Amino acid sequence: MAGANATYKVIGTRPVRHDGVDKVTGRAIYGVDAHMPGMLWGAVLRSPHAHARILSIDATRAEALEGVHAVMTAADLPDPGTGLAEGHESGLQSMRYKSAGLMARDKVLFEGHPVAAVAATNKHLAEQALELIDVDYERLPVVLDVREAMQPDAPLLLDDLHTGDLFTIGGSDATGGPSNIASRTTYEEGDIGAGFAAADRVFEGEYTLSMVHQGYIEPHNALAHWSADGHLRVECSSQGQFGIRRELADHLQWPISKITVQPLEIGGGFGGKTTIYLEPLAAVLSRKSGRPVKLTMSRSEILRGTGPASGGYVQVKIGVTHEGQITAVRAKVALEAGAFPGSHVNITCLCALGCFKLDNFRIDGFDVLVNKPSSHAYRAPGGPQGGFAVDSLVDEICSEMGFDPLAFRALNASEEGDLRANGTRLNRVGNREVIDAARASDHWRSPLGSAPGRKRGRGVASAFWINATGMSTAVAQLNADGTVTLHEGSVDIGGTRTSVAMQAAETLGIPVEDVDPIVPDTDSIAHTHVTGGSRVTFATGWAAIEAARDLRQRMVNGLADHWDVSSNSVVVEGGLFRQNGDTVSFKEAARILDGDELRLVGSATVLPQGVGNAFAVHIADVDVDPETGKVDVVRYTAVQDAGTAIYPPYVEGQMEGGVAQGIGWALTEEYVFDDEGRMRNVSLLDYRMPTTLDVPMIETIIVEVPNPEHPYGVRGVGEIPIVPPLAAIANAIADATGVRIRHLPASPPRVQAAIAARQAVHPTAWRRRAPLA
Amino acid sequence: MHAISYAAPTTVADAVSILAEHGANARMLAGGTDLIVQVREKLRDTTVFVDAKHIPDLMQLSVNADGSATLGAAVPCHQIYGDDAFAGQYPALVDACQIIGSTGIQGRASVGGNLCNSGPAGDTIPPLIVHGAVANIAGANGERTVAVEDFCTGPSQNVLGADELLVSLTLPKPAAGSGSHYLRFIPRNEMDIAEVGAGASVTLDGDTISAARVSIGAVAPTPLFVAEAGEALIGQTAGEAAYEVAANIAREAATPINDMRGTIAHRKHLSFVLTQRALRGAVARARGMEVGHGH
Repeated sequence: MAGANATYKVIGTRPVRHDGVDKVTGRAIYGVDAHMPGMLWGAVLRSPHAHARILSIDATRAEALEGVHAVMTAADLPDPGTGLAEGHESGLQSMRYKSAGLMARDKVLFEGHPVAAVAATNKHLAEQALELIDVDYERLPVVLDVREAMQPDAPLLLDDLHTGDLFTIGGSDATGGPSNIASRTTYEEGDIGAGFAAADRVFEGEYTLSMVHQGYIEPHNALAHWSADGHLRVECSSQGQFGIRRELADHLQWPISKITVQPLEIGGGFGGKTTIYLEPLAAVLSRKSGRPVKLTMSRSEILRGTGPASGGYVQVKIGVTHEGQITAVRAKVALEAGAFPGSHVNITCLCALGCFKLDNFRIDGFDVLVNKPSSHAYRAPGGPQGGFAVDSLVDEICSEMGFDPLAFRALNASEEGDLRANGTRLNRVGNREVIDAARASDHWRSPLGSAPGRKRGRGVASAFWINATGMSTAVAQLNADGTVTLHEGSVDIGGTRTSVAMQAAETLGIPVEDVDPIVPDTDSIAHTHVTGGSRVTFATGWAAIEAARDLRQRMVNGLADHWDVSSNSVVVEGGLFRQNGDTVSFKEAARILDGDELRLVGSATVLPQGVGNAFAVHIADVDVDPETGKVDVVRYTAVQDAGTAIYPPYVEGQMEGGVAQGIGWALTEEYVFDDEGRMRNVSLLDYRMPTTLDVPMIETIIVEVPNPEHPYGVRGVGEIPIVPPLAAIANAIADATGVRIRHLPASPPRVQAAIAARQAVHPTAWRRRAPLA
Repeated sequence: MHAISYAAPTTVADAVSILAEHGANARMLAGGTDLIVQVREKLRDTTVFVDAKHIPDLMQLSVNADGSATLGAAVPCHQIYGDDAFAGQYPALVDACQIIGSTGIQGRASVGGNLCNSGPAGDTIPPLIVHGAVANIAGANGERTVAVEDFCTGPSQNVLGADELLVSLTLPKPAAGSGSHYLRFIPRNEMDIAEVGAGASVTLDGDTISAARVSIGAVAPTPLFVAEAGEALIGQTAGEAAYEVAANIAREAATPINDMRGTIAHRKHLSFVLTQRALRGAVARARGMEVGHGH
């Protein structure tokens, strides 16, 4: 199939993915497939309490069980000291807290907090041994709601933590007593007092969200072998082998040169596998037993013991003129950090208002400890929480004042040169083009339709997402047959082997089938930052471009020697090399250069600037059963600026995946805790991710406004599509029923109760409140 | 770690003697779709698995000469909806068999197993109740019968003694002019457990309801037979006014709890809504109309 993008030969085409056959035939080796001779199985003892002091741990009986080779507690981990760990996605992190999160030292702070681990000859024995470890707890009061946790008299999780100890963005924090508020972020521009004074109408809303999980299907896993010569080898699936090595080195205080991490295929991560849970425990158990040790998690361990996305509380106030111009925005966001600092509320503050051109705004974010699992990155971390609140209130404004919601967004759209929340300015972005494409879409122009016994409504929402960069390495190695082996440091989670290889192929002028992408272990390529932040196609793609350029120049130099001319008289055109009438193909050049070791390898390590921000608009149609409160999404369109869609099916796949996860967040997914902080729904039966029958066919519209900073115009695409579905669906429910849902998920009990409450006041108010289009 | 054992008796008597020998450690195994999972998750401490599928009495499925039907305790769901003679008489049970799990699960899971698991949300139990089914039980002290509405005694609890097993269910012949329907409410469209389920059977004499039974699930420690709701319909004209009366009785009968699957308020409300819908479906079928199985 010819490329949709006429500028390029490879970019924009839809080749067969390099890892496709291995994955569909079951030959690919995933983390849980790893095995070593003599391997032991480990198991982790977890706290049954959400908040308790550990008075004692006695593992004598477990150690005495035949077949048990090692038992560990936090006492087997090195003293973490008082330093800060690097590389945490949501800012600085105390090494002491990270270590305590891995395995509790004096207190457990959430149900599922690891307390001890064992290694035994098989998994059943390991689990049996856990039952023989005696832990004496003194239970402490729990706090589960961010607003309660922020109160001065709330139970304290970390009694030595003061607000701002780790970082503060914007202004200073008075360091009072210890607090559950770990940090505060403030972004402010203009004069919000004057802005609200200039408004004709002021709207306010309060929104809350439940904690949700990434829901990757593959469980966390780690196979560690600490050999007699002190070299630690770890095989696991993760979102970055170098991040795992760094964290292992920090936790174990062991030199990175003595640690090798082999990345295995990953069955989903969505941000949740950019950190470690099991690897250091497997390593310590291996050191103590002298045998390789493997650990995997059950689904209930994953739900209880890994890092979900923060729930929380958002308050928004928007001033607007009769003409629909936003004059001021004031917002406060408190997100659940969970047991240790590190919600992504700072990113909420950076992104929540990004779709709008604003002269006057202030947004404050609070990172708040509660006795829940320690939150971690989940696709556009911090984005959906802010987006739900802001785009719900924007929709309410449009509904109340009679504006077309897309026209309103176009009128207030941010564009090149406008300020971002953090005071920097947007470069060329596709906000306006995305809104225009949504307005022109078949979905937006189609009548709503209806279904018997259901109320149908349509909602829209938009999103801004910052996207990330980071260091990336690629090595392009020329083979004698004219193919290129491309080593690239990024773990392939969303198909990036192919999207990175396509950029190398485009640069070299060869078919992508002639590029063989490989993701090596940490000894075999230079540092590469995690697969996250929608950065790989952008940054590792850039590294592949530079490595390809390096290889191409070496080939030019080699051919110049071969022809006995100067290098600058060799001309490269596509995959052809020419010199004064002589033309050789890429494959012929490879044959000529075979054995010329100077010419065979090109490499690059890059840390690119010029990240392209992403924009999206989504349109959702829902059917609401007014009797039961059940909501079905019946039509969905996602519009997104991809910069340049290197491999369109992956862009579409990312958009569809983000929407599916957003539908879950909007309608059915939530952590349900009892009053003691114990999670009640620890299986995928009761933690309800959408099934194929809960997600409609998703229409995708890719808009391409190239990122002017990237050689091929790439913008990150993976994260932003999870942001708009929450508000788009809530807005569609409001359109269908007149009921404004301000707490997610919009589960049937909540929707039905809201409908019943509204019917009690307006018995006949079934009509949609205002036409949308 | 502990050893488990497996027995495959071929007669009811042999099964009874194994159960009598091992007591609470032994459990009958039909499709295993509940039992195996419960043992793996350490919710049950079963060490002796007594396979039900080699005992002919537990595998029979027949419509008898008198028009009643016998359903062996280990007959899987797919056989039930695949048997036209049986399925035609008991559409509410067919509704349940078609919404339990996936096609693969329906090839293993049995109605008898669902009843013996005695979950408050068991989808086949309200249909068995509205069909007037009777459980045929065998044990060390002989045989006895128990009406299905009296079978469950609490969540995961029932009338079976440690040495007893469910052999089969007897379903009476439906009267002419009868129809039945079962449906449940789940938040997703698949892969879920009923937040509330409701079954209804009716017999029509013209437009007048001459007999009716209503049962609701997941709203009490056991599936509920709401006899008063059925009685209130007798002599009434089939229609919304009558359904609303019965549905209100069902709502009052429900004593649900708050949990991760629903709230008290929503479950009581759904008891009303689903009873109405079950009655509409049952009456439509009594009139010979097609009604899809659904949630």
